[in-house]
Amino acid sequence: MTNDIENRTPAAPLLDRSDERVKHQAGFGGAVSSFLDRVRSGDLGSLPVIVGLVIIWTVFQSLNPIFLSSNNLVNLLFDCSTVGVIALGIVCILMVGEIDLSVGSVSGFASAMVGVLWVNQGWPVLLAILAALTVGAAIGSLYAMLFNRFGMPSFVSTLAGLLAILGLQLYILGSTGSINLPYGSPVVNFGQTLVMPHTIAYALAAIAGIVTFITGFRTAARRKEAGLSSQSLGSLLLRAVVITVVLELIVFYLNQDRGIPWMFGLFVGLVVAMNYLLTRTKWGRSMNAVGGNREAARRAGINVRLTYTSAFVMCSVLAAAGGILAASRLASASQQAGTGDVNLNAIAAAVIGGTSLFGGRGSAYSALLGIIVIQSIASGLTLLDLSSSLRYMITGAVLAIAVIVDSLARRSRVSHGRA
Amino acid sequence: MTDPSDGTSTSELVLSLRGISKNFGAVSALTDIDLDVHAGEVVALVGDNGAGKSTLVKVLAGVHQPSSGTIAFRGKEVTLPDPSAALKLGIATVFQDLALCENLDVVANIFLGKELNPLRLDEVSMEIKAWTLLNELSARIPSVREPVASLSGGQRQTVAIARSLLLDPKLILLDEPTAALGVAQTAEVLDLIERVRDRGLGVVMISHNMEDVRAVADRIVVLRLGRNNGIFYPDASNQDLVSAITGASNNSVSRRAGRRQAQREQGQETQP
Repeated sequence: MTNDIENRTPAAPLLDRSDERVKHQAGFGGAVSSFLDRVRSGDLGSLPVIVGLVIIWTVFQSLNPIFLSSNNLVNLLFDCSTVGVIALGIVCILMVGEIDLSVGSVSGFASAMVGVLWVNQGWPVLLAILAALTVGAAIGSLYAMLFNRFGMPSFVSTLAGLLAILGLQLYILGSTGSINLPYGSPVVNFGQTLVMPHTIAYALAAIAGIVTFITGFRTAARRKEAGLSSQSLGSLLLRAVVITVVLELIVFYLNQDRGIPWMFGLFVGLVVAMNYLLTRTKWGRSMNAVGGNREAARRAGINVRLTYTSAFVMCSVLAAAGGILAASRLASASQQAGTGDVNLNAIAAAVIGGTSLFGGRGSAYSALLGIIVIQSIASGLTLLDLSSSLRYMITGAVLAIAVIVDSLARRSRVSHGRA
Repeated sequence: MTDPSDGTSTSELVLSLRGISKNFGAVSALTDIDLDVHAGEVVALVGDNGAGKSTLVKVLAGVHQPSSGTIAFRGKEVTLPDPSAALKLGIATVFQDLALCENLDVVANIFLGKELNPLRLDEVSMEIKAWTLLNELSARIPSVREPVASLSGGQRQTVAIARSLLLDPKLILLDEPTAALGVAQTAEVLDLIERVRDRGLGVVMISHNMEDVRAVADRIVVLRLGRNNGIFYPDASNQDLVSAITGASNNSVSRRAGRRQAQREQGQETQP
C-alpha cells in the first residue's frame, strides 16, 4: 500500500487530483462545463430564480414601461427589505428542516411594541427596539423548548403562536388600534427616505469585488502551498471583475433616481453576515448537518437541541427586526401590521430563492433573490392597477412552481447521486 | 460461564463492563453483560440477529443508556449520557447505519462536530487532514468536495472509519465494518484494524463474517439473546463457535453441514 502511494505521487502532484477516474475541469472552459453538468444533474442553485426574475421583469416591463425605471426599482428595494429580513429568518429555520408560521405575528407584535413603548410610554427609541428584539428571542426560545422538551412539531407550535401573538398585538395596541410614529424621526426617515450618498454606494460595490478577490486569492495561495488544486489567478480576477462591474452598473442605474436605500443596505448586510455564518462557521455546519441527518449530527457529538434553539431564536429575532423595519417604512404600528400575506410572502421568498423545505439545503442569498421576485410581482401588479386578488393568485402560482422545481431538482439530484 | 477477564493480555484494561442490562419496555435486549477490552487487543462481538450486539455498541457509544450495570473506562467508572461524552473520553464508533450527513461533503462529514477554527472554518487544513487520513486507509475517494450522497457504500464506510480515527481515540467500536465492502476493501479494513491495534488502541468489532473475525480478532465474545455465551480464541473450532452463537450443538448450521458432508460421501461412493 505504501508502494502504491509512492508510485502515484510523482505522477499526481496534487493531493486531491490523484484519482485518475475523475474528470477534473481546469480553467475557464472547465468552470463553464462543470456548471452545465451541475445544472443538468439537478443542482440548480439560484438558476431558476434568476430565470424567473428575467421572465417576470420582461413581462411587466412590456406591460408598463415605468416598471424598470430607477424610481420604481428604488421603491421596490425599500419595500422588499422589511419582508426580506423576515425571510432571512425563515431560511435559518428551513435549514434545520423546521418551519415557523408565526413570523408575521411576531413582526406585527414587535412593531406594536416599538409603537407602544416609544410613542405612548416615552421610552428611548433604541431601548424600545431592543425590548422588541428581546421579546422576539424569548418567543423563539419558547418554540425551541416546546420542540426540544415536548416534541411538539414546529408546524403546530408556531401555528398556535400565530394566533396567540396576534392576540397579544391586538391587546397591547388597545382600542385605538393604531399608533402613528412621528414623521421626521430618524426611525421613520430610515424606512422612508434615507438613501446612501452616491459615492458610498459606488465604494461599497467596489469593496465587494475587492473582498471577493482577496479572499479567493488567499485561499488559492494556501491551497497551492498545501499541494491542493487551486483556482487560477485569471478566473479569480474575472470573477471579481464581473461582480464589481455588475454591482457598479446596478448602483449607477439606481443612482439616477434617489439611490440605494440604507434600509436595503442593512438587509444586504444581514444577508452577507448570515451567509458567512451558515457557510464558514461551526454553527452553520451544525445547522446543515442537523437539517440533513439529525441522528448523524447527534452521533457526531453536535448539540442538536442547542442548534434547533439557535435556529428558532434566530428566526424570531429576525422576524421582530423585520416588523420594526415595516413599522418605520409605514410610519405606524397598527393592528394590520404583520397580518395578511406577510407570513406566506416570507416563507415563499425563502423557498422561491432556492432554500429547500426538506432541510439541509439553502443559502442566505435565497432570501434576497426570493423577496425581489415576490416584490417585483407585487410592484408590477400595483403599477397595472390590478387588485390584490390577482396578486395573491399569481404569487401563489409562483410559489407552487418554485416548490415543484425544488422537488423535481431534488429527484434529479438523487438519481445523479448529488442529493 | 468463562471469566470475562481471562484475556492473555497483561496490558492496560481500556474498557470493562460489569452487569450491563438494557431494557426496551418489556424486552430485555441485554442482560448482565460483562466485557473487557485491553489496549492493543481486538475483541470480536459475534452473535445471531437480535443477540444484542448493536445495542451493546450503542450503549458504549452513548446512544443508549444502560438500565443497570457499570462501565469502567481506563480504570475509572464513567457514565455516557450522550454521544459527545463518549467521544470526549476517547471512544470512537463506526455505526452500521453509517451516520453520515448526505448533504455535506466528505471533509465536512469527517470533521463534523470537531471543526477546526469554529468561527472561521479552516477548510484548507481540514481538507489536507482529510486526505491524509483517507490515504492512510489507502482509500479511493474521487473528491472530498462532493456530497457524501454521490459515494458508493464502500467509500462511505471508509469515510466513516476515517472519521472515527480523527480524534486519536483509545477505543474504536466497529459495527459490521466489512458488511458493505468488496474483497480488496475488506482486506484493507482488516489491515487497518490491525494497524489500529498495533498503535495500542482497543478495538471492538461486530461481524457476522467468521472468516474476518478469525483473521483479526484476539478474542471472540459470543452473545446470545442478550447474554454472554462464552469467550473463544481464533483457534476455536467453527463448530464450537456456531453452537455458542446458536445455543445448541444441534442447530440448522450443523445440520446443514452434516447433510452436505453425507451427500459428498455418497457422491464419492457412487463414483467408480
